[in-house]
Amino acid sequence: MSIETLFEIRFPAKPERLCLVRSLVKRTAEVAGCCPELSDRLVIAVNEACMNVIQHAYQGDELGEIVLEMLNNDGKLYFRLVDYANPIDLDSVKPRDLDDLRPGGLGTHFINEIMDECDMGHLEEGKGNYLEMIKKIS
Amino acid sequence: MNINTQEGEGYTIIGLEGDVDLSCSPDARKSILDALQSNKNLLIDLGKVSYIDSSGVASLVEGYQTAKKQSLKFGLVGVSDAAMSVLKLARLDKVFPIYDSVEEYEKEDA
Repeated sequence: MSIETLFEIRFPAKPERLCLVRSLVKRTAEVAGCCPELSDRLVIAVNEACMNVIQHAYQGDELGEIVLEMLNNDGKLYFRLVDYANPIDLDSVKPRDLDDLRPGGLGTHFINEIMDECDMGHLEEGKGNYLEMIKKIS
Repeated sequence: MNINTQEGEGYTIIGLEGDVDLSCSPDARKSILDALQSNKNLLIDLGKVSYIDSSGVASLVEGYQTAKKQSLKFGLVGVSDAAMSVLKLARLDKVFPIYDSVEEYEKEDA
């Protein structure tokens, strides 16, 4: 068993940076062996996770910083997202009922639909949050 | 993202092009809500959308609900594969009226 770091990036919590993140995740997923369809779905999940950090953790504060790591561990892709915002209320992060048609609230649903496992929590250091997402690719 | 607005016979059509994400979805939302103020049916052409995130989808849902309140028709036209996969994930492909082309909408609306 070997863990390979595919990339680690730090970027400001700005919506304008999301297109770069999407490009990087898509290309890296393809290099790791994902078909284009799966790569596109991984891009959707990671983009939504970054959006949640920008909108809900940093609440639009573009001075905030996001760290995204992508690793390959024996056919499983790991995505670890870290922010240094105030700890979020973990109970408030829930997918909404899709029958309740209203704008918003879809991001967590997308992540849960696409990824095999998700775990989120607060950083031990006291300030910040993490989200780990795992997708089996082989 | 580019936004093109055109007027048809009894409807407005807004074409969205490129990536519709958090950096520009407020512009898409504004165009959609502004267009509905003219009290005409509204079509959104998603044929040239290369990516749409949940904030872009939220703009469509808001437009759909606003149109419904005004008893106006709201539909999507020529939805790209990229946009359709996101709509399916949100199970909105069964909610929005979706037309292959403007001609199909016009035929149905006649």
